[in-house]
Amino acid sequence: MSESSKKDKLSEDKKVIRCIVCPTGCEITAENVDGEVKIIGFGCKRGEEYAKEELFEPKRIVTATMRVEDGFLPIIPVRTEKPIPKESVFEIINELSSIKVKAPIKVGDILVENIHNLEVNVIASRDMPIKT
Amino acid sequence: MKSLDIDIAVIGAGSAGLGAAIEAKKQGMDVLILERNDELGGITLQCIHNGFGLKIFKEDLTGPEYIQRFIDEAKELKIPYKLDTMVIEITEDKEIYAVNKKEGFLRIKAKAIILSMGCREKTRGAINIPGFRPAGIYTAGQAQRFVNIEGYIPGKTFVILGSGDIGMIMARRLTWLGCEVKAVVEIKSYVSGLIRNQVQCLEDYNIPLILNHTITKIHGKERVEGVTISSVDQNWDRIVDSDQYIECDSILLSVGLVPENELTTKAGAELSNNGGPIVDDNLETIMDGIFACGNVLQVHDLVDNVSEEAKRAGKNAAIYVKERYGKEQIKKDHIKIIPGINVGYVKPDYVNFSNLENLLHFHLRVKEPDRDVIIVIKEVNKIVYQRVRSFVIPSEMIEVRTKFKLEIISPNCRELKIEVLPVSLLEVLDEVG
Repeated sequence: MSESSKKDKLSEDKKVIRCIVCPTGCEITAENVDGEVKIIGFGCKRGEEYAKEELFEPKRIVTATMRVEDGFLPIIPVRTEKPIPKESVFEIINELSSIKVKAPIKVGDILVENIHNLEVNVIASRDMPIKT
Repeated sequence: MKSLDIDIAVIGAGSAGLGAAIEAKKQGMDVLILERNDELGGITLQCIHNGFGLKIFKEDLTGPEYIQRFIDEAKELKIPYKLDTMVIEITEDKEIYAVNKKEGFLRIKAKAIILSMGCREKTRGAINIPGFRPAGIYTAGQAQRFVNIEGYIPGKTFVILGSGDIGMIMARRLTWLGCEVKAVVEIKSYVSGLIRNQVQCLEDYNIPLILNHTITKIHGKERVEGVTISSVDQNWDRIVDSDQYIECDSILLSVGLVPENELTTKAGAELSNNGGPIVDDNLETIMDGIFACGNVLQVHDLVDNVSEEAKRAGKNAAIYVKERYGKEQIKKDHIKIIPGINVGYVKPDYVNFSNLENLLHFHLRVKEPDRDVIIVIKEVNKIVYQRVRSFVIPSEMIEVRTKFKLEIISPNCRELKIEVLPVSLLEVLDEVG
């Protein structure tokens, strides 16, 4: 169960990640060996793919809330339409906390276009009717 | 007093209630949903993180998006519902007494009832933490509602007791909002929630997870000022001289969920050891025509499984109204399902002999984590079902779907036992592997 990858280089000499693909939770180790990254410890193909993505370009969907004007509730849950680079998570949350949107809103409505120039929209996670 | 007659009453409009009501309506039933909150959707509305719908919709949705699909479908089907309506009693004759501000006291006579009231969180009282009673102690789900629906943050520095999923998800949510989560403290030697949440909510943000520890004192009189945590031995007793002080202004409790069954027991249905009503494979309680699904029956890890269970309850309740309501009830040919070695509980509690050849769904949780196990169903000592699993843990519900051939179960079978055994115990079996 070993695999070499030339795709990228690890910043550290060795990195351990825990697989989240299934409940087994395999411990996957990646090491720089002679200029190549060697990944060991995964239990299946999906685990290997997860490890590569997590090592070289970790991404997350950001879920947050935004303030609403005239809404049935004071805030609305939102999310990025697609996963975004993990290192941008905090910037996006901070940006969203400073924007106010106006009710009524339907689930899936685009509330912020191309946030942070990541080519990802922020969409509403639920309907938000007007306060009656 | 206003009186109503309907086919099926559904108590609670969360993921279970909506799923059951939609299916019953599709089966041609006259359905009414009763909900105590001011909107449809239940707790899934406050679970704004993603990870919902992977099984049912093959999409990665947030909780509100997931439940919105059911709300929209219920509205398209024009299923009547009453919000802000609290059911106060269900009788054995399937009469429901409820109250709301607009109509006052209501009497609803139903041919069948679907119980879908969900569960509630264990509080400080359930785990007896010594100390004063200052402000700043919340259950994880309560804090989740404050933050995700009401729009305010209940503290600045947190210690979370218990490593349940909601606790870990709140640890990340609060970190994102600029709060400091000092630690997640877990009395067991392993995490209570899903590994996915341990990795993506705690490890991603370097939030310490302290296993084999618990809070032994809450400090502060008006407001929480800190906690003492102590390590515990195998019996969960505090180890003397292991105390550590952690400063914080708030505590979240994520120490387990309990099915909410006050109405169920009033209606005459009995509960089993998991806190949910005893049901057969039709999800019918011991009271004819009263069904249960979702977290009121058993606390699920995934909402997709709730929706699937709810659909079966809705369908079976409709079959009851069409085929059995108003007729003399035939004596049930029940086979008792007994939780055996390393099984904490199993649902259903009974299977109808006449249903053995149909696809049966068993749900169980193990008592202890284990590797390389075999899940078996036995009639006395004869194995009638077996499946190998590489890993089991109490936090992951195990589902067994199977049909039985009538020739392998004896006609006078009264009990089947379900067990999760180490494979090494069963080396004699040829098919293993």
